[in-house]
Amino acid sequence: MTQTDTSDVLIDCQSVWKVFGDRSREAIGAITQRGLGKQEVLREFGCVVGVSDASIQVRRGEIFCIMGLSGSGKSTLIRLLNRLIEPSLGQVKVKGRDVAAMDAATLRETRARHIGMVFQSVALLPQRTVLENAAFGLEVQGVSRDERNRAASAALDKVGLSDWKARYPSELSGGMQQRVGLARALTSDPEIILMDEPFSALDPLIRRQLQDEFRQLTKDLGKSAVFITHDLDEAIRIGDRIAIMKDGVIIQTGTAEEIVMNPADQYVADFVAGISRLHLIKAHSVMISAGQWQGAVDGLPRCSPEADIDALIGQITETGSDAIAVEEDGKLVGIVTIRNLLLGVRGDADASAH
Amino acid sequence: MTFNPGAFLAPVVDWLNANFHGFFALITKAIEAVLGTIEGALLVLPPYGLIALVAVAAFFAAGLRVAILSACCLGFCWLMGLWTGSMQTIALVVVAVAIAVAIAFPLGILAARRPRVEAALRPILDVMQTVPPWVYLIPAVMIFSLGKVPAIIATIVYGVPPMLRLTTLAFRGVPKDLKELGEAIGAKPGTILWKIEFPAATPTLLVGLNQCILLSLAMVVLAGLVGAGGLGAEVTRGLTRMEMGLGLRAGLAIVAVALLMDRLSRGALERGSRRKQAG
Repeated sequence: MTQTDTSDVLIDCQSVWKVFGDRSREAIGAITQRGLGKQEVLREFGCVVGVSDASIQVRRGEIFCIMGLSGSGKSTLIRLLNRLIEPSLGQVKVKGRDVAAMDAATLRETRARHIGMVFQSVALLPQRTVLENAAFGLEVQGVSRDERNRAASAALDKVGLSDWKARYPSELSGGMQQRVGLARALTSDPEIILMDEPFSALDPLIRRQLQDEFRQLTKDLGKSAVFITHDLDEAIRIGDRIAIMKDGVIIQTGTAEEIVMNPADQYVADFVAGISRLHLIKAHSVMISAGQWQGAVDGLPRCSPEADIDALIGQITETGSDAIAVEEDGKLVGIVTIRNLLLGVRGDADASAH
Repeated sequence: MTFNPGAFLAPVVDWLNANFHGFFALITKAIEAVLGTIEGALLVLPPYGLIALVAVAAFFAAGLRVAILSACCLGFCWLMGLWTGSMQTIALVVVAVAIAVAIAFPLGILAARRPRVEAALRPILDVMQTVPPWVYLIPAVMIFSLGKVPAIIATIVYGVPPMLRLTTLAFRGVPKDLKELGEAIGAKPGTILWKIEFPAATPTLLVGLNQCILLSLAMVVLAGLVGAGGLGAEVTRGLTRMEMGLGLRAGLAIVAVALLMDRLSRGALERGSRRKQAG
């Protein structure tokens, strides 16, 4: 991937560990000095390792998904980012500042202004209206009623709840409640939004709709998000990059395409086996170099390196051509043949191309 | 061989009396002053005036049903000829409950946050609740002599446990995700307490307050034995003279006062939390 400027890293999480249990301090000592693993720590100290040596970097403007099954430590990891859980070891920097070093007031300030959070359980206050719930973040910051209601109102408009401001949470459906949760996070205009399995409890149709809306909204507003999910489809739909977690360890980080094309181990491979490649895999991943193509290049249809397989299949079937020329800035960079496309549908690159 | 705790306690009480007389006298003065003020305020209006006032206040605070019920309860006490006694009892209960809540509420929250505090408090509360209430009256009378103050002290001892236990239960029952929300949006601990935990805990807290009021009322009546006055004195008089009529009238007046305080406090608090939603 392209190298990014370090100032563009909003959340920098370096080798973070979280060990739960009465003897966690000793266990951490053993981990740093003797390099113990998760199993040994459990055996020797009776401590559960929630997150083990996790490093992630969330860049400005991206949606970073953390995908893992229940018990994989993903919910713990996201809480380490805003220090709802204290890391046992390692460093978390938010916008360049070490979260662990902040005093209580600075930490509150950072949470209030820079990091919004949306919960799986939504966590709306039942005795407050939708508007009051959305304004709650600003209310605890001491913002005046007029001002916070204006901001909350604008956020509720963005999530499509303009007509529901005076209602109570119990009058709303699950999907609408989660929109209120999102509006509440947006109201204080933070640059980073932490999403802890926000759509997991919703039914599939509503979930899909909210996924698309959430992605659109995040991109429109220029926010960055860390999105936790147990659903790989969801991670692929929403995330710019995905980290896959298992047993507290991040196994692989990359774009959906990278993960599907080059799974780091059998676990990831099994996971991605059922994922449709059609919209995931792009021309540049399956193309062969122009030199390997024997036929004429001039008559071939053209496409960009970022065109997905689905579009390429469309082009092939429409034009009846055997191959497509991949062009970037008017220059030929490669050729995609029908054979490449078929391999791509299975998630493989053409071995003969390398 | 027998063990006589009184042999150890009596000198302690004597010593307290001898050395802290000024302190206890001050407490007595303070409580009597507050009680006197409340009693005086309740008796300054003629009965029908106060009944009308309470009914109107109840209407605005808790609605029509509670207003009618309050008027009926107070009217009953007046008709039974026990107006002054009823007012004295109400004043006693109000003061005792206010002090009991002031003690139990913060301790209850502390116990909900720290399991060790709860573990330390639990046996004390068990003793406070199971020792027959007469027993409290003895040291209370020894220190504060006869009258209303020992009655209030004994009532507080009796009223604190239910309020404290239910406060702990209420705060422990606040959903974890709501507290987490408070932290995640950068709220101060005090803000989390009052804006998130307290509203969520209110229903259970109301049960606690209710229990506190009713148990205090029972104790205040019992304290008629030590000269607390009010309806308790009427019951004691009925008992000692074997006057069935007086005992029954006083008993029913106590029921009326209990109903009044229960519905009024609950209605006002429920309405209060509902109005906060709407506002």
